Amino acid sequence: MTHILIHILLVLLMPPLLLGVIGKTKAFFAGRVGAPYLQPYYDIWKLMRKGSVFSETTTWLFRAGPIVTLSVAVTASLLIPLGNHSAPFSFAGDMILFAYLFGLARFFTVAAALDTGSSFEGMGGAREATFSCLAEPTLFFALVVLARLSGSLSLSTMLTGSITTLWPDSAPSLILLAGSLFIILLAENCRVPFDDPNTHLELTMIHEVMVLDHSGPAFGYILYGAAMKLFVLGAFFLHIAFPFKAGDPFLDWGVFIIAMLLLAVVIGIVESIMARLRMVRIPQILVASTILAAFALVLVLR
Amino acid sequence: MYPFADQALVFVMLINFLALGSSRMNVSVRAVALQGVTLGILPGIMHTFSWHLLAITAGIILAKGVAIPWLLVGAMRKAEIRREVEPLIGYIPALVLGAIATALAFVFAAKLPLAPEHQGLLFIPASIATLLTGFLLLVTRRKAISQVIGYLVLENGIFIFGLLLTEAMPVMVEAGALLDLLVGIFVMGIVINHISREFSSIDTSRLTALKE
Repeated sequence: MTHILIHILLVLLMPPLLLGVIGKTKAFFAGRVGAPYLQPYYDIWKLMRKGSVFSETTTWLFRAGPIVTLSVAVTASLLIPLGNHSAPFSFAGDMILFAYLFGLARFFTVAAALDTGSSFEGMGGAREATFSCLAEPTLFFALVVLARLSGSLSLSTMLTGSITTLWPDSAPSLILLAGSLFIILLAENCRVPFDDPNTHLELTMIHEVMVLDHSGPAFGYILYGAAMKLFVLGAFFLHIAFPFKAGDPFLDWGVFIIAMLLLAVVIGIVESIMARLRMVRIPQILVASTILAAFALVLVLR
Repeated sequence: MYPFADQALVFVMLINFLALGSSRMNVSVRAVALQGVTLGILPGIMHTFSWHLLAITAGIILAKGVAIPWLLVGAMRKAEIRREVEPLIGYIPALVLGAIATALAFVFAAKLPLAPEHQGLLFIPASIATLLTGFLLLVTRRKAISQVIGYLVLENGIFIFGLLLTEAMPVMVEAGALLDLLVGIFVMGIVINHISREFSSIDTSRLTALKE
């Protein structure tokens, strides 16, 4: 019971901190002091207190977009095991629900963007749909590999139980999986080599362009939901890349929190040392990550 | 069976994808050099230490990892080619074809009647996958230098196959080294060809200048 409470508290409170750590890391590399670690919390709080403006041409879809995004992120966060503890909800086949929850969120974000009737937002929606089409097979290949390795269809048993024991035997395929999942983690969360969360140039951005028309609490939900998505996918990645077991349940939570913060630092470093890819290169990288994951599957099936 | 051999072979197959997917010649030459070095280290891992083995390992690394890439880079600089401009098949389709070829290599290797001690090793699928990648590179690229790179990858595939047979027929391994030499000659041929072409073009431009 306490562990479920800790799970829910972590999921609700920690995600914006990751954004703060990423920002601080980037500031460190640029030689700046940077915004405080808690800045994303202040931003979200500020947006929550503001009023909203809705365009007259929009329908209920536009208002549903941010709410669906946030609620989907919360649902997915209840399915993913954190650290060495199983998730509050788990059943056979929840991996497919997990993958398609994000699909649902994406559909509503794109639909809300199209609902505004703005040509820029339509462009962003087209890009988002294209790139996520290419990113989805990787996630599924990864899930199939894990299901095959662990012999289970539920995320909790798949990720918490056996990865540590699997490392010595199937190290090649797990390294491939970790690599391709890191690419997907960056692409799905609109981090730098794929998308720059800080630009406001409509021609180059993908995710930001779709949420231009949202304001006030709705935009706050979007920011919070995006942070939570980063948290959930980051936890998924950590299970494969850093399967550490401390033994003591509370120590496990500590290890998990430190590992998440380290992951945020690594993402910050990647963002500092890499430039954004050209738009034509993004599909190539995503296809390459799919091939890595497919290759991992071939190695496992052998 | 052989510790780290599987990891090294997976690395070799990943380099195949890098060679298929990169448009810059520099990257593909480096990829092939890295592949050669990895393959050079492999016999050192597989057998117990001896001075003879050390000499062979050093020889393979020098030939595959240093000498041939150096010649290729020199040829590239002389011919002023930096990227493959128009491959017959684009990079993403080539990558997908490479992935399919790799998967088929695993299927095919499982069907081969191998000696019992070779069953379940990554050597055979890695060898077939590298061979097929080399074929793909040879067939899909137009520039002579990238075809030489494809040929080198092909030869690396043969070399991996030969690694399993070192005890049965050492001649195979020697033949692998001979193939390397052949590539060296290829490269020299291209260099000479380009130099002569360069000179003739300079000549014609001078002739037109004289006319005016």
